[in-house]
Amino acid sequence: MSKKYLMGNAALAHGALKAGVALAAGYPGTPSSEIIETISKNRTKGTYVEWSVNEKAAMEVAAAASYSGARALVTMKQMGLNVASDPLMCMAYVGAKGGMVVVSADDPGPISSQTEQDTRRFASFARIPVFDPSSPEELYEMVQDAFDYSEKYKTPVILRPTTRVCHAYAAVECEEPATPIRGEGFVKDSSKWVIFPRLSYANHAMIEDRNVHMAEDFSSYRFNCTYGDCTDTKKAVIASGVSVAYAREYLKDHPGVRLIKIGTPFPFPERFVLESLEGVEEVLCYEELSPFIEDSLLALIGKHGLKIRVRGKYDCTVPHAGENSAESAARIIGAFAGFSESGRADNTADAPRPPVRPPVLCAGCPHRASFYAVKRAMKGKKSYFCGDIGCYTLGNAMPLDMVDTCLCMGAGITMAQGFNHMDPEAKCFAFAGDSTFFASGITGVVNAVYNGADMTVIILDNSTTAMTGHQPHPGTGFNLMSGPVDAVSIPRVLEAIGLTKVMTVDPLDLNASVAAVKECADLPGVKAIIFKSPCIAITKPSGKMKINDKCIGCKKCIREIGCPAISVHEGNVVIDEGLCTGCGLCAQICPVKSIEEVRR
Amino acid sequence: MTEYNILICGVGGQGTVLASKIIAAAAMECGYTVHSAETIGMAQRGGPVTSHVRIGDEAYSPLIAKGGADIILAFEPGEGIRDLPYLKDGGMMLVSEKSVMPVTEALMPSGYVGGEAVKYLSGLRNVHIARTAAVEERFGSMKFLNITMLGALSASGALPIDREVLLSVMKRSVPEKFLKVNTEAFELGETLYSE
Repeated sequence: MSKKYLMGNAALAHGALKAGVALAAGYPGTPSSEIIETISKNRTKGTYVEWSVNEKAAMEVAAAASYSGARALVTMKQMGLNVASDPLMCMAYVGAKGGMVVVSADDPGPISSQTEQDTRRFASFARIPVFDPSSPEELYEMVQDAFDYSEKYKTPVILRPTTRVCHAYAAVECEEPATPIRGEGFVKDSSKWVIFPRLSYANHAMIEDRNVHMAEDFSSYRFNCTYGDCTDTKKAVIASGVSVAYAREYLKDHPGVRLIKIGTPFPFPERFVLESLEGVEEVLCYEELSPFIEDSLLALIGKHGLKIRVRGKYDCTVPHAGENSAESAARIIGAFAGFSESGRADNTADAPRPPVRPPVLCAGCPHRASFYAVKRAMKGKKSYFCGDIGCYTLGNAMPLDMVDTCLCMGAGITMAQGFNHMDPEAKCFAFAGDSTFFASGITGVVNAVYNGADMTVIILDNSTTAMTGHQPHPGTGFNLMSGPVDAVSIPRVLEAIGLTKVMTVDPLDLNASVAAVKECADLPGVKAIIFKSPCIAITKPSGKMKINDKCIGCKKCIREIGCPAISVHEGNVVIDEGLCTGCGLCAQICPVKSIEEVRR
Repeated sequence: MTEYNILICGVGGQGTVLASKIIAAAAMECGYTVHSAETIGMAQRGGPVTSHVRIGDEAYSPLIAKGGADIILAFEPGEGIRDLPYLKDGGMMLVSEKSVMPVTEALMPSGYVGGEAVKYLSGLRNVHIARTAAVEERFGSMKFLNITMLGALSASGALPIDREVLLSVMKRSVPEKFLKVNTEAFELGETLYSE
């Protein structure tokens, strides 16, 4: 046993290793990505780990491990669960054998996600249990409990930390990884493992019955508990996840209200909640995302004909959107409990405004060059530019302004087809990163060829999954288990699908890139350009650029590409040596050839 | 001491995360319960970043409440102003005078150079400005600003952590080949505070 200072995601990973996880699979997504990375670094012999091609693949790989009796972990962010929902919904009916824990990390705010969806809803939709940790320390223990409950009730179990728990650090008492539990192996039984309508009917009834037992079991679970020694209070706050931490800290200085913590929102621990509400006349549901506990509580109160007033999102006491905070706890719980919160006087009213620092593509990012080449080639032509999920969503910013749509993983390739069918005169482009292409782009390209679309697929191949922290993918040539493997070739995949034209170009060669875009745009059918150049965060800079005295100060370099390394200093255009990677795009734009390379 | 909160803010790339990890590790070595949280994700190089370090047995939440920071260690004056609402009445802010222009400055000029921010902050009685122009003079770049600020914080005496503990944790946390220069940066920070 040793005390380690761990990020929540690392605590989860160490907890899973302690529980004897034999297979871990996931797809990167903030705030969940560090779980697989930590398992990969700390695993013992007998634990298999992979970055799967997408979340659906991860869920299915893990399902087979569970069917074999092995302990399996799947990780993703909440958007990933949408992709993996097909196997999850079905597996809920079939059930698990070895412990199967599905981690889906929610992102109230949202801080780095497209939606504020609530994984607890997915659990109740699939009729499977969900654990909701409120701290990194709890994550370490809860993931172990989740494996036990999964095996006890033979069902996949969801664990849903949120960003503030995933990315918080705490000192956690860690035990060594257990010997991986690989089980007895798969025992064939088609009446059990092959989903059919008859099986689903029978299991549906069984599952609902089981959930009643499980709710009773959860009513004695240690992470469903109350805080605050106030037996005679008529008011209670009910909370889950990190909101418990905010509420607990506020109530520590403002006693008199009972705090009820829900560690397992589904199946709702009814007996525990009923006992905790003894003597209470008014309850505040203080939770993030959807009013999940509030709904469960309202149903419970109706079922038992209780006379308790419920405050929360439905009466607009708690906001529906955004995350909770220490400040919102003070404001909302303070008002509910009748403490007069004077609120802090704003001590910065007369302060100068801090500068706006919007996120931008890095200096030297090859995506900038790719977007610029397409922009220049399509100048004056009616075009649609469909973006996707990754660093390159930032291609929407001025001055590039090259992302017209962004919906979800892989959507750009298929949306470009829809635009083409509605407006055949326009040139339709889709931008997808290399990891996104493998995750959910390939089927979209097949759809385009099959249905005769006219479009150009642009693959922004920077040889990594950059935005989530540089994870490998099928095109990188290495995986988490065996190191070097055969890389899946993007151009060969595209050629096999039967595209009209597939070109691979270095985006940092501006003239060649513009020519390639023009050529592809003019051809009929489905065409593709792979702009191949590695992410600057994982390569050494090739050199530096500097501006010589030929500069006429026209600022075309700044206006056209918006590179953060170029700025105006005392009236002169200058290049910041600390930021420049020597990509040379600016030198190809300068009308008087005043930008030259300084070799290191 | 029941609770002690330290907020570190700056611009992505300035090394706030390392500074927060060193403070957290040093506090743990002193026997305190520590929690912390970092900005992670879309906030890449050039964006505002904040680290929250919370010391105390009853500091449950990973984030410091507004008005709850005993210390704000600001690596940049504009960022210091951005996070000023976190400062506790009677708390202390230690701020680097050197500004970092937004990376979008050339494209969307804001006119920000930091002078106004420094002027405003120096008018507040619980703010100490660290004359960090000395970092660039001494080391030729602002690369070692984070450890310099740590040294200044140590010299301020505001941290409930011994200098020797902080220094030894720092030495363990930096790459071997930068040990000497980081030690010099730490010591430079100490002299900057006493100036």
